[in-house]
Amino acid sequence: MANTNSYLLKVDDLKTWFPVRKGLMRKTVGYVKAVNGVSFAIKGGETLGLVGESGCGKTTVARSIVRLVPATAGEVIFEGTDVLSADKKRLRQIRKDISIIFQDPYGSLNPRMTVGDIIGEPLKVQKGIRGSELDQQVAMLLSKVGLAPEYINRYPHEFSGGQRQRIGVARALALRPKLVICDEPVSALDVSIQSQILNLLKDLQDEFGLTYLFIAHDLAVVEFFCDVVAVMYMGRIVEQADSQELYHNPLHPYTKALMSAIPEVDPKLRGKRQRLSGEVPSIMNPPPGCPFHPRCPLAEKVCEAVEQKLEEINGKRHLVACWKSREH
Amino acid sequence: MGDNGKLLSVENISTHFFTEDGVAQAVQDVSFSIKNGKTFALVGESGCGKSVTALSIMRLIAGPQGKIVSGKIVFDGKNLLDLKEKQMRNIRGNKIAMIFQEPMTSLNPVYTVGNQIVEAIRLHQKKGHEQAWADTVEMLHKVGIPDPERRVSEYPHQMSGGMRQRVMIAMAVSCQPKLLIADEPTTALDVTIQAQILDLLDKLQEQNGMSILLITHDLGVVAERADDVAVMYASRIVEVAESKFLFEKPLHPYTQGLLRSLPRLGISAKRLQTIAGTVPDPLHFPTGCKFHPRCPIGNSDKRCQSIEPGLRQVCDGRCVACWYAPGYKTEQEKKNTN
Ligand SMILES: Nc1ncnc2c1ncn2[C@@H]1O[C@H](COP(=O)(O)OP(=O)(O)OP(=O)(O)O)[C@@H](O)[C@H]1O
Ligand SMILES: Nc1ncnc2c1ncn2[C@@H]1O[C@H](COP(=O)(O)OP(=O)(O)OP(=O)(O)O)[C@@H](O)[C@H]1O
Ligand SMILES: [Mg+2]
Ligand SMILES: [Mg+2]
Repeated sequence: MANTNSYLLKVDDLKTWFPVRKGLMRKTVGYVKAVNGVSFAIKGGETLGLVGESGCGKTTVARSIVRLVPATAGEVIFEGTDVLSADKKRLRQIRKDISIIFQDPYGSLNPRMTVGDIIGEPLKVQKGIRGSELDQQVAMLLSKVGLAPEYINRYPHEFSGGQRQRIGVARALALRPKLVICDEPVSALDVSIQSQILNLLKDLQDEFGLTYLFIAHDLAVVEFFCDVVAVMYMGRIVEQADSQELYHNPLHPYTKALMSAIPEVDPKLRGKRQRLSGEVPSIMNPPPGCPFHPRCPLAEKVCEAVEQKLEEINGKRHLVACWKSREH
Repeated sequence: MGDNGKLLSVENISTHFFTEDGVAQAVQDVSFSIKNGKTFALVGESGCGKSVTALSIMRLIAGPQGKIVSGKIVFDGKNLLDLKEKQMRNIRGNKIAMIFQEPMTSLNPVYTVGNQIVEAIRLHQKKGHEQAWADTVEMLHKVGIPDPERRVSEYPHQMSGGMRQRVMIAMAVSCQPKLLIADEPTTALDVTIQAQILDLLDKLQEQNGMSILLITHDLGVVAERADDVAVMYASRIVEVAESKFLFEKPLHPYTQGLLRSLPRLGISAKRLQTIAGTVPDPLHFPTGCKFHPRCPIGNSDKRCQSIEPGLRQVCDGRCVACWYAPGYKTEQEKKNTN
């Protein structure tokens, strides 16, 4: 790796396993290896996109970084501190600097708090802002995410799904964090609001030098938004490259399949989408060798036997974990 | 069966919320109908009233604040609004099932997903526990959940966001409903699983002649799957058309804006196009056409600013609510030209 100092966040060989228990004694009979050796780094002011199939471990990566779930192994270095071994005091500081926009907007908003309280609380607690200044800041945040300031006294259930998601965005931005982890921040939003939120996140990045870890399954959104994109499959990163490079030159068969499955906004192209054949394998008993081989059109005998490491292929910072892809 | 192969017709429904700050007219005078075995899509910006429309059909608008103030919802020849709550309970989850927008609000955190689906099946079908359990595992498998035998005994919090959404889908289709209301059913899903789910819905449609009310903001999905589309803006429907015509030639300026603001792969731009401004708050709707403040034509037009255009048929099978849409005429104008 290059000069580590320019990286705001560095994740090294992160593993998060959930024990599977059975029987009366709740004996551990195996593990869901949700995150199984993930490494990446994000430079200050840049955006790394994390994409991949449902259940591949994206949210678990996010939650492990801020210790909302305990990691099993690995390192998470934020501004030079190892987050996973930080003491309580330092962790509190880190959680001020890293905020998360959660995937499930409803589950993450307290139903008994008004929107004003939800967004204002971190400002009050962490910054001691009160009274009319607090109201002003909350109103400003609300209008930034496209909600009328009059909404300030309403409760979460009085909003539509997309509006709730925007409340989550406003709350995450309130404290001007350094790193924002966006877990599917716009997938519940319609295109117009989606574009507005993405533009807003971009503006804030320019204005405050924010850094983003951007989790999504919409490849079009990721292309627009991210500098670097990492593709995850069953707890691992299988391909990573600069956004432009990845879209023009996808190498891993899984990445290619993901790209061709995107629906086109054209009824004439109905039914032309390519499908990934085969089933998502059980994460408890992952297939030997390359975890993608049972669904891979290029798979050969070796793929069943030998696990592939993420390696650079062409000196263009393009990494891939597939020997077939490296042949070209 | 309903008339002309129509399974559901929503007629002039208005749903309001009586809040401390005033009356929020979340749905105003909305009408549309869904044919047997067809997919009808409802699209529109966040907050325009899509979910409230769906919840009105299910009669799940939470009182005392919320109320369906007028209109009819005719399903299978019966006005649902006339039914007793007990009769409605027999229809809900059985003949009409709904996939809710937020899975966590409709999954009970203290029961395993298997128990929840089994309970839903046994509530409406005469099946033993074992049979229902086997059906559940099979259904989880069909919605693409790996390891269904193990997953069936998991609690919702042990699953990823997309898995929970698929559990919801499995639960909704487990009773083979005649009408499936799917409120953003695939937002948390990546494209490959999305395709798989939509294929599954297609198959159910073919096998059971199920109709689908598909609520989504994903115009790609609409283009690929819907037979007909209604576009909603600020509590009203502003355009209805067969989906192939809508994408070919959107008539309402709002629909045109929506189509322009789609992010597309390979077209990298510094910024995404947006429709300037936001959906107005139902407590403070503008006068005239509600879209006029954001409309390139309407924002400087007297008529648009003062009189709201109703939804009218402009040509075969196409309806729109815009003074400037080609072919849009008032009754008076129609008489004059004849
Ligand atoms: N608290 C938990 N206990 C047990 N297993 C869990 C827990 N949280 C997540 N998992 C499992 O870890 C795996 C990865 O889940 P994760 O939520 O990280 O997926 P994801 O990539 O975010 O998917 P999605 O796109 O559907 O949100 C899944 O198999 C999930 O069931
Ligand atoms: N219980 C309620 N009390 C007051 N207002 C409400 C309530 N439920 C919904 N509304 C308002 O009604 C309007 C329509 O909401 P609805 O949930 O139907 O939007 P939607 O079109 O489904 O949007 P999204 O795409 O964001 O889910 C919104 O302005 C919302 O704030
Ligand atoms: Mg997730
Ligand atoms: Mg909704």
